[in-house]
Amino acid sequence: MSTGISREQLAARIAQDIPEGSYVNLGIGAPTLVADFLPQGREVILHTENGMLGMGPSPEPDRVDPDLINAGKQAVTALPGTAYFHHADSFAMMRGGHLDVCVLGAFQVAENGDLANWSTGGPGAIPAIGGAMDLAIGAKSVYVMTDLLTKNGESKLVTSCTYPLTGARCVARVYTDRAIFDVTPDGFAVTEIFGETTFADLLELTGLQLKDATQR
Amino acid sequence: MIDKTVSSVADAVAGIHDGATVMIGGFGRAGQPVELINALIEQGASGLTIVNNNAGNGDVGLAALLAKGHVKKIICSFPRQSDSWVFDGLYREGKIELELVPQGNLAERIRAAGAGIGGFYSPTAVGTPLAEGKESRVFDGREYLLELPIKADFALVSGYRADRWGNIAYRETARNFGPIMATAAETTIVQVDEIVELGALDPEAIVTPGIFVNRVVAVGERRWLRNGEFVGGVNLEGEAL
Repeated sequence: MSTGISREQLAARIAQDIPEGSYVNLGIGAPTLVADFLPQGREVILHTENGMLGMGPSPEPDRVDPDLINAGKQAVTALPGTAYFHHADSFAMMRGGHLDVCVLGAFQVAENGDLANWSTGGPGAIPAIGGAMDLAIGAKSVYVMTDLLTKNGESKLVTSCTYPLTGARCVARVYTDRAIFDVTPDGFAVTEIFGETTFADLLELTGLQLKDATQR
Repeated sequence: MIDKTVSSVADAVAGIHDGATVMIGGFGRAGQPVELINALIEQGASGLTIVNNNAGNGDVGLAALLAKGHVKKIICSFPRQSDSWVFDGLYREGKIELELVPQGNLAERIRAAGAGIGGFYSPTAVGTPLAEGKESRVFDGREYLLELPIKADFALVSGYRADRWGNIAYRETARNFGPIMATAAETTIVQVDEIVELGALDPEAIVTPGIFVNRVVAVGERRWLRNGEFVGGVNLEGEAL
């Protein structure tokens, strides 16, 4: 047993929580992995903000179509039932509250649900937002997928974000390699712990007041 | 007889003046009107303000236009990418101005310009640094920010097929910003693989009606199609494997 789970295991865990029939946007990077673990037979429609519903897996190398890409600018395929649309319609789907779930990466998530994931605010850093701000305020459920700690060992779950916000009070749940945290009016509630990590470890690693809501 | 067809990409970009605001369609490389951009580079207009989702990929198309030093400002949502080295260099040297706009606000501001909307309130970016200086209003208990339209002098768009009236059909996710940019510019210029007879486009499949289009130019079939059928055999850059 290790202290947590792998990125693939985490993607598989998130996939379990995506309900049948939902419209889902998976953010660039690790969240994209969730698509590979959606249970067989569960019909979930993937939205990509560059203008497609019904996105399928990546094609064979000789079947790459440069006109058919996802938001991460990777080659994808179109499943039967796919629809294409322009950017204003694509973001109307988010802002208008039509998208059920989005899974985003994060630099920091605060205990009130604030999300920071677009800029570390450092000098010389080139900022890039893309669709993150629209997704953060638009999807009905905003999930974050991230390691609990930064490469320097700092907690990405914080009392309040020090990096520039992507969205205020928008995150519902944070899936990390160590545990799952629900955002509640009283701060983070731990609902599931992975590997050999203990609740006491989480208290120490995050330095936050956490509620133990695990069922075990 | 209405004929919006022009015979060369050079004719298509004629009249784009120094200091013009030019919308360029595309999301990354998909739907980027590379042939029109190359003609614009050749044509030489400079001091341009460019509206695009990104800030160029690799060394072709928009990146090549930036590398020429013809762009003074870019309005986009996602400049930083693994292959945005041209923009990155110019930005770090202070040689290009950046207006960063969340992607949905970028799209809606373009749509608003084309639809004659004077401004609108968006919930995106509330509580973030991008809200600074923006008028805020609460509707039905939720906070929104005033966003203003983005208009352009010219739009360069990549479609799939057109007719002489300027009706445009697109292909897959290469559609992206094309339909809204086509509405928001004084002069909309569209490159397509092929210009077909009037009536040959299925009216149900026309995404941009010709009323929004001023010039169309055929640039030949894209490398991954043959007689309209997908044949593959290319990488994401469209280069033969």
